[in-house]
Amino acid sequence: MAEAPSAAGAASHSEHPEYNEKVVRQFVIATTFWGIAAFLVGVVIALQLAFPILNLDLPWTSFGRLRPVHTSAAIFAFGGCALFACSLYVVQRTCRAPLFGGRALAAFVFWGYQLFIVMAAVGYIFGITQSKEYAEPEWFVDLWLTIVWVVYLVIYVGTVAKRKEPHIYVANWFFLAFIITVAMLHVVNNLAVPVSWTGAKSYIVWSGVQDALTQWWYAHNAVGFFLTAGFLGIMYYILPKQINRPIYSYRLSVVHFWSLIFLYIWAGPHHLHYTALPDWAQTLGMTFSVMLWMPSWGGMINGLMTLAGAWDKLRTDPVLRFIVAAVGFYGMSTFEGPVMSIKPVNALSHYTDWGIGHVHSGALGWVAFISFGALYFLVPRLWKREGLYSLKLVEYHFWISTIGIVLYITSMWVSGVTQGLMWRAYDKLGFLQYSFVETVEAMHPYYVIRAAGGILFLIGALIMVVNLVKTARGHAAAAPVTGTAPATAG
Amino acid sequence: MSLHQKAEKNLWWLIALTLITVSIGGLVEIIPLYTIGSTIEKVKGVRPYTPLELAGRNIYIREGCYVCHSQQVRPFRDEAERYGHYSLAAESMYDHPFQWGSKRTGPDLARVGGKYSNAWHVTHFINPRSVVPESIMPAYSFLATRKLKFSDAAAHLRANRTVGVPYTDAMIKNALKDLADQANPEADHEALLKRYPKAAVGSFDGKPGVLTEMDALIAYLQILGRMVDFTKYGTGQLQQ
Repeated sequence: MAEAPSAAGAASHSEHPEYNEKVVRQFVIATTFWGIAAFLVGVVIALQLAFPILNLDLPWTSFGRLRPVHTSAAIFAFGGCALFACSLYVVQRTCRAPLFGGRALAAFVFWGYQLFIVMAAVGYIFGITQSKEYAEPEWFVDLWLTIVWVVYLVIYVGTVAKRKEPHIYVANWFFLAFIITVAMLHVVNNLAVPVSWTGAKSYIVWSGVQDALTQWWYAHNAVGFFLTAGFLGIMYYILPKQINRPIYSYRLSVVHFWSLIFLYIWAGPHHLHYTALPDWAQTLGMTFSVMLWMPSWGGMINGLMTLAGAWDKLRTDPVLRFIVAAVGFYGMSTFEGPVMSIKPVNALSHYTDWGIGHVHSGALGWVAFISFGALYFLVPRLWKREGLYSLKLVEYHFWISTIGIVLYITSMWVSGVTQGLMWRAYDKLGFLQYSFVETVEAMHPYYVIRAAGGILFLIGALIMVVNLVKTARGHAAAAPVTGTAPATAG
Repeated sequence: MSLHQKAEKNLWWLIALTLITVSIGGLVEIIPLYTIGSTIEKVKGVRPYTPLELAGRNIYIREGCYVCHSQQVRPFRDEAERYGHYSLAAESMYDHPFQWGSKRTGPDLARVGGKYSNAWHVTHFINPRSVVPESIMPAYSFLATRKLKFSDAAAHLRANRTVGVPYTDAMIKNALKDLADQANPEADHEALLKRYPKAAVGSFDGKPGVLTEMDALIAYLQILGRMVDFTKYGTGQLQQ
């Protein structure tokens, strides 16, 4: 293993008095708030699928309008704020430099991003959407986000540029790739012509098959760069810090970084198998998706092997357990993804709940769990406490949420495979065996189980909120936690 | 690793290499869709939406119908039997944005046009469970009473023309008239049908005189899958 800079090494330097911790604290609070909002709306729409009366026959509360509220709240509000919090915390420490642009620029990014979230969500409820999945906000909201994002990029690049470490730490590569690529995806996918400058409605410049591929190039890489590269950046900092060991292999992190960001971009067409997209593009998408398994597992192995010789800490440190379980779920869903991208498998899985289950094993297991780990890691440090209020509550959170995820993904596997098989079932005479609505009816028990899983996940997160609030409000510690030993129960 | 040592110490190298690395895949996959002629099949019949269909399509988008209904039939035997001929790229070439969808919580709608009567759609939207007891679709009774707001229809057509939909000057000039006439059973539809062949005409919500959001949405659903005459093409090559 080459001699390499490590998070543990970089942070052994004393705290810089000018580090901007306020903006990190703000984003930590926002992450927690939007997390609860996203899980709550998720529970509501899960219940709507089980009990349609809950749509209330009102425009503002119907599934079609609330579903983008849930997805955007989960990805961009909860996940986004977690990424802002962690990236802005990590970049200052690994570069030993306060944020470029001072407090005003950082404050602009925080409040500008919150405004983006509120504009997007309120828009969906009132039916202002351009219907591109995970890119639903209309043109004026997109423009606003572009401005906020460019300022974020300037802060980030500016901070790395004035670093006092010769090396750019690996977490920062992932954060930089995430910020740059998301900017590219967002701008291209959302190019639109407004009907008027005073109205919300616009028409996207792309059409039909080209729009379909542009959209899934965007959406798949929102997964690849927003929900993967960015969160890998978090992993590369907090995992070694939490166990106080350098990352397993520097060389592996180099190889898996470049191969991951190169291969991910190609995988979008696997969302369009057997559609009117030309076969050559579908085949390319499938091939690259299968190849993507390798760099994904490179990241997982690098994370898990960092624990080599320190596995016992999993028994004593529930925060570490969240982080390691997240890496495990990452490995599982990045194996499932390539399998689902193989065309004959996709013929069964596509359009069914299997896709929903796959997304949630990534979103709940990987993104949310590593975010919870990061919140438990950050709050005692940001509020200068000796440790968390209660490790027992972290344990409860972990197990309740894990059971919730298991209920969620297993019910969606079963319902997805069941529905896929029912759609293509023939009777003895060669007619379709089931009408469409019979396949809907068969989903009911799984929708109830899924909602129960979601409720457990929400309860777990509420336990976390109690724990974090009590931690932040606790008495100021004489010696703030520095991130080596597991925090002790208070 | 010497090249890489440069990248990990020089921020601008790192940014440039990252930008190049993440650009290649998208360029290779997306640009040929514009340059390879066979990407969009040459078929007859695909035309821009009438103003009323476009208004209905915008309601379809506003209500998030695409989150539960796909508009893309795959070339499988069961889908051919359930929905009809598999979807062609040409059928959505004027769709800004596309509505292929990604999930079938409800059935595919690419070929729903003409499958059900207007009256069935009205009853179904007001309460889906009155005609399909096991349905889990939300009720959309408010569509029946909300007046359609589309007085800027011409501006919508112009915006579509800007992004490449071949709306003619006559279509734009007559946008408001066509909007009202399509849902008015008393109107003379000859010019409208000449501009927009196969458009369904008449009172869609069963209440002539008032143009509602229900009229627009049903007008849109009734054209889906009907522009191309598939009786001339057979079922095509089914892959499964």
